[in-house]
Amino acid sequence: MKTRKIYFVFTCLLYGLQTEAQDQLLQSLKDSLAAAPRTEYVTGTFKALYIVNMKTIEAPAAGALNVEIQHRFGALNSGSYELFGLDNATLRLGLDYGISDRLSVGIGRSSFQKTFDGYLKYKLLRQSDNNGRMPLSVSILSSMSYYTQHFPDKTYLNSTYRLAYTTQVLMARKFSRLFSMELTPTLIHYNLVPTSADQNNVLALAGGARMKISRRMSINVEYDYLFPNQVVSTPVNNSLSLGWDIETGGHVFQLVFSNSQSMTETQYITQTPGTWSHGDIYFGFNISRNFNLKVHK
Amino acid sequence: MRLRCCLSFLLILLFSGNAFCQVYLTKTGFIGFYSKTPLEDIQAENNQVYAILDPASHHLAFALLLKGFIFPRELMQEHFNENYAESDKYPKATFSGSCSGEMDLSKEGIYQVVIKGELNLHGVTRPIETTAQLEVKNDRILGTAFFKIIPENFDISIPEVVRGKIAKDIDVKVRTVWMRSK
Repeated sequence: MKTRKIYFVFTCLLYGLQTEAQDQLLQSLKDSLAAAPRTEYVTGTFKALYIVNMKTIEAPAAGALNVEIQHRFGALNSGSYELFGLDNATLRLGLDYGISDRLSVGIGRSSFQKTFDGYLKYKLLRQSDNNGRMPLSVSILSSMSYYTQHFPDKTYLNSTYRLAYTTQVLMARKFSRLFSMELTPTLIHYNLVPTSADQNNVLALAGGARMKISRRMSINVEYDYLFPNQVVSTPVNNSLSLGWDIETGGHVFQLVFSNSQSMTETQYITQTPGTWSHGDIYFGFNISRNFNLKVHK
Repeated sequence: MRLRCCLSFLLILLFSGNAFCQVYLTKTGFIGFYSKTPLEDIQAENNQVYAILDPASHHLAFALLLKGFIFPRELMQEHFNENYAESDKYPKATFSGSCSGEMDLSKEGIYQVVIKGELNLHGVTRPIETTAQLEVKNDRILGTAFFKIIPENFDISIPEVVRGKIAKDIDVKVRTVWMRSK
């Protein structure tokens, strides 16, 4: 009787050990996996290289080429004769290329004042999700624009006068899988400004955010604040833009509404005459397509 | 009588504890997955798979971080983590199971076995059964397996637009070199 009892206890014990052994093995693996130190960088702070007009901290991967088509129709308040702006269009074609995973370069040509632009962007800091060691991502942007439109009345406009430079510190944080925000102090230098009352060095603060509404869609907002008393001879308003990102594989479509028609920093920040309240709203889109010129090993 | 019982109980405890210590372990196992369609070939490989095998009980377990999968194209890797595996929400994939078949893992040799267990991926646990090969050689066990999984079984949704670019079933290759732990 007694021995039977003992056998029973033993078999119970053994059985328990058997089934628990599996879980124990897995648990020991999970523990050592959790103990291994590793830094994971946050990815996908923004889906595209542009929030609407402002560049994001994102860059093409090393060896990847991004083709960007940015398009803005005419102003919504231009009336039915112009089909509410659809008869007119401004276009920017751009190429962005990742030299390394941190350094990227881009060129573009926009029809607004027939402007060429080029930039270098460097990912200085990358947000990491490991115990919040690095709370935000910071990229440094240096860009240049050169407009080529002829003005027969302004024969003095030589190539030096047509150049302008932008330096931006793009600071972004992905707060959650849905919400990211970017804040961008901006300094623009114009080699030539219309009057002596205008500043050659212009300071601005740009901010943007995205909120994902599904796994592949997000709503974006961008506001570019120009500090007052810098651009005085021409009417100027701050640029406010809304965007709707739709991502499909290697493409990102962005439908945008903005009171800026131009798309380079030296233009949309300081040369936005219209306001939303007067209906100076430009509808348009950005389309980006990613091509891999190099395959990572 | 009681003393003898206690002794044997202790012995069994000791023995089982000892057996658990003699496991085979690796932190550099390999798992790759491959999707082939006429439109696009996708592959991703992870060389940081943790795996453990208990030669006495024939139990085994695997654990990996989904962010450890390296794709030839970085954008694909980002999409995999962001849109499909959702590796911020479900960072790990695990497998726990046992192998059966004729084998004596204390002796050198090549054994064809069947592995049965549960795979946890994307927050979903599904039973998996596959044939595998275990090769015991010089304090090492080389394990290889090949099976297929269906993403939809793990609640990984694939939008219509890209459905044609991702195979219905994904080939999974497993290769581990287990070392006897000290």
